[in-house]
Amino acid sequence: MSSAYRLPHATCIDYTKPLRFTFDGKSYQGFHGDTVASALLAQGVHLMGRSFKYHRPRGVMAAGAEEPNALLDVSRGGGRSVPNLRATQVELYDGLVVKSQNRFPSLRFDVGAINDLLAPLFGAGFYYKTFMGPRKAWAHLYEPVIRHAAGLGHAPSKPDPDTYANQFAHCDVLIVGGGAAGLAAALSAGRSGARVIVADEQAQWGGGLLAERGVEIDGQPVQAWLAQTVRALQAMPHVRLLSRTTAFGYFQQNFIGLVERLTDHLAHPPQGQPRERLWQVRAKRVILATGAIERPLVFSGNDRPGVMLAGAARQFLNRYGALVGKSVLVFTADDAAYQAAIDLAQAGATVMAIVDLRENPQGPGIEAARALSLPVLTSHVVIETFGRLRINAAALGRIGPDGDVTPVKIEQCDALLMSGGFTPSVHLFSQSRGKLHYDADRQIFVPGISAQQECSIGAAKGTFALQESVQEGFAAGAEAAEQAGFKSQTIAPSRVRHDVPSCAGFSGAVPRPKGQRAGKAFVDFQNDVKVTDIISATQEGFKSIEHVKRYTTTGMATDQGKTSNMNALAVAADALGRTIPDVGLTTFRMPYTPVTFGSIAGLARGDLFDPVRKTPIHGWAQHHGALFEDVGLWKRAHYFPQKGESLHQAVLRECRTVRSKAGLFDASTLGKIEIVGPDAAEFLNRLYTNAWSKLAVGRCRYGVMLNEQGFVMDDGVIGRLADERFHVTTTTTGAPRVLAHMEDYLQTEFPELDVWLTSTTEQWAVIAVQGPLARQILQPFVTDIDLSPDAMPHMSVRTGHICGVETRLFRVSFTGELGFEVNVPSGQGRMVWEALWAEAEKHGACAYGTEAMHVLRAEKGFIIVGQDTDGTVTPADLGMDWVIGQTKPDFVGKRSLVRADMRKADRPQFVGLQTHDPHFVPDEGAQVVAVAEPATGSAALGFVTSAYDSATLGRSIALALVANGRARKGETVYLTRLDGQALPATIVDPVFYDKEGARLHA
Amino acid sequence: MLLIDCPHCGPRPELEFRYGGEAHVARPAEPATVDDAQWMAFLYLRSNPKGLHFERWRHMSGCGRFFNCARDTVSDKILKTYPAGQARPSLEALGLAPVDHEVRA
Repeated sequence: MSSAYRLPHATCIDYTKPLRFTFDGKSYQGFHGDTVASALLAQGVHLMGRSFKYHRPRGVMAAGAEEPNALLDVSRGGGRSVPNLRATQVELYDGLVVKSQNRFPSLRFDVGAINDLLAPLFGAGFYYKTFMGPRKAWAHLYEPVIRHAAGLGHAPSKPDPDTYANQFAHCDVLIVGGGAAGLAAALSAGRSGARVIVADEQAQWGGGLLAERGVEIDGQPVQAWLAQTVRALQAMPHVRLLSRTTAFGYFQQNFIGLVERLTDHLAHPPQGQPRERLWQVRAKRVILATGAIERPLVFSGNDRPGVMLAGAARQFLNRYGALVGKSVLVFTADDAAYQAAIDLAQAGATVMAIVDLRENPQGPGIEAARALSLPVLTSHVVIETFGRLRINAAALGRIGPDGDVTPVKIEQCDALLMSGGFTPSVHLFSQSRGKLHYDADRQIFVPGISAQQECSIGAAKGTFALQESVQEGFAAGAEAAEQAGFKSQTIAPSRVRHDVPSCAGFSGAVPRPKGQRAGKAFVDFQNDVKVTDIISATQEGFKSIEHVKRYTTTGMATDQGKTSNMNALAVAADALGRTIPDVGLTTFRMPYTPVTFGSIAGLARGDLFDPVRKTPIHGWAQHHGALFEDVGLWKRAHYFPQKGESLHQAVLRECRTVRSKAGLFDASTLGKIEIVGPDAAEFLNRLYTNAWSKLAVGRCRYGVMLNEQGFVMDDGVIGRLADERFHVTTTTTGAPRVLAHMEDYLQTEFPELDVWLTSTTEQWAVIAVQGPLARQILQPFVTDIDLSPDAMPHMSVRTGHICGVETRLFRVSFTGELGFEVNVPSGQGRMVWEALWAEAEKHGACAYGTEAMHVLRAEKGFIIVGQDTDGTVTPADLGMDWVIGQTKPDFVGKRSLVRADMRKADRPQFVGLQTHDPHFVPDEGAQVVAVAEPATGSAALGFVTSAYDSATLGRSIALALVANGRARKGETVYLTRLDGQALPATIVDPVFYDKEGARLHA
Repeated sequence: MLLIDCPHCGPRPELEFRYGGEAHVARPAEPATVDDAQWMAFLYLRSNPKGLHFERWRHMSGCGRFFNCARDTVSDKILKTYPAGQARPSLEALGLAPVDHEVRA
């Protein structure tokens, strides 16, 4: 017991385990069970932060999640750094290092405090009013200065090294809050056999009970009752108790988000242990026992260090053995603060006075205080406080019968405990879309009509007396279990003695002497919003509380106004001359307290953010120096540079080699769908533009798929393997979309068709062998398929064996050369590739990547869906009328092709472009314009979709969509450049190479 | 996250499903016979109601089946799910009074 402020009895402290920690570089002692706030208070330290706007010195005000002032930065090294943690919730461990925020150079001397002197300038709407102009000052002066001053705390700058777990759970009854009401509910629900989850944000069970000392429940001291209840729950295997777990959001259908903090309180977190666990719980019934938050009173100087909530002072005393002051003044409008005064007096503090706003308070708390001879001043107020870094005195006034306040005296003190009553924590209830009810007598919002399968109990419902809270808990637990289908047992009502519950309260600015301004009377402590700010907002025309909130920023700090919203509302209502429910409450939004991004991301980080798909040949390509590009989730070999080659050089070489000899290409990523069944051909007839019925077994056809709007959505070669079996290929990235589209029509529009669709993308590895020597490379490995041009012409498919492995061998070409695509089971893909590669090398062939593939196909004018089309392009626009089966009565998209807009002459059409400068490769996406310097506001003719340097042609080539392009062949157009003047090009046919297709049919 | 009762698999989290737009928008049996205005309406016009909405969902990460769902777009409550191809349930079957909801024919 090194400090005069540390007492030897507390419910949460283990006095046998002293700990050391540092705050702003200075070492302090605490005990196991302390929070940073309680440990500092026990050393007589109140100053823990500087306010956001005025940099006013601030002490701890509350004892829990609602704390607005004492915000800390906790850095554990190695990228572990969290700002804006509430000192009242940071548990102590040996070696903990915490820092205060928003001060420079130190907490005691902060140059930013100049703002406090300039406060009259910084009222509501200061930024809107001040930084009007000149315009240039924004970029160079206002914004940099404001950005530097803005924000609380510093975001971590390094990647988060921790891991986060994610757990889905279902239960019969979820109880949020482990105080008296919540534990009672858990007990009765648990006894019925229902699966129960109880979540509480604190480390210890008991909530407000932990701060009680004289209370008896059923003849037992309160702490004994609590321990017994928790033991009973722990003994029930179907009851899961989650401490250090915050219910942060209440979503549809009783879906609740919980975050469980697993390691932040440990000095040495075990290796591999996740830091937090996100629970996504679906509960049949939810019981909200979230308690209530004490309201500050709003008077000038109510933010000085040493001024705190009465209940918080009581918690620090009884839970942590920390005495917040030796000569305390109590300012209240509620009975509960009397118990705080009594507890502190009994712990050795001198109660200078209990200043009560009320004229004639009555009740056991008041009687008990008087019995201890504590001075009670009724109809009195605190007018002002004094002291720089800590309160040292307060000015008191008397409220006369006419409501006027007369100053009466200055009272010395080192702490001021205030209480404006309690505000039920209806955050989760409100998030569940329940309707709040305004209790005009007590000036509080309480849960009204439920929107979901939930109920609120205890202080969260406005039931502040312990006896009734416990009773509500027992009843709600039993009822919830019954509604979830369990038979409940009655639990005999409890008898509670010596409880001094909250029974009254006050919202808004407390009365002050006539003519005196409200001064530094804070409503929102974290965002530094004063009474005068809210009043001036209403005077400037803001009538809705949602607007007042945004204009003044009240309730918009990281605490979301837990201690301030009701006072702000009362001040606004008073200024507007309207009632509180008439002005309305701002919306409660999740999260209840800030939630880490880590817990939301869970495992979906780094490599697991998106799954990576690799082909069976990936390892070979990697070994042979391929550089990869992302295509959808796939990694595809982009090009295979040889000794010091650039992308450009490698691609020119790969293209030349394919055209002169041959190349091997990994086409395994091609989407593949097997369509089987008696109606397979008819199904294809309806889904693709082409006619399929007459396609012979063993033959292939290039198919185009439209959406119902008539626009090209995918393409690919389809082979008929048998009368009722088709092998469909799709674009790499389009595969899932195409299958979903097919399933949609099969299931919902054409359910009469007897067809089965199966994705086989990953079942087949695909090796494209392309080039004049392709046949020679394949021949040695194929034993049972005749590869000769007559036996296996272009656009045919055969089944047989290659390297002894089953194959579906397609003779197809996306390069314009003689080409084959070898489909083999994925597991054998690499073996077959390596065998073919050994042969290919002998012929001087190469492996080529996707970039060369793009160039080769562009030389032939073959489109890539998604590159040369953009979802607004029809087959006619592409000059591909030949893909349309004209005699078919219907196919998806057919009707749309004859809409008037689809036949307009000025539709974009697919053309080639030949730049006048053969070395100029236009940007893909460059605008095609009619003149070199088009007038501002004039429309472009179209745009470039593909452009490459072509080794085959020894010059650049480009493809484009140009309005009425086919009729413009021979015309000169201009292609815009980002870095200069548009350059000329001639519109040409999109097929640049081997127009007759002689090479294809070799 | 919604809990959606797949008519084939039972209740599953929304993550397993894909939304599929308004339900009961039938593709004309013979598209060639409908005029441009009717075809445009089929392609693009949707009821977009405030309140009761009949919509398609697909149990993408489950059975893969499309089915229909009656959902209130204000409360986000799902009133009923039923297999594709089944008629739209009546308001009585959904437990709604006819005056509460205007249903597009």
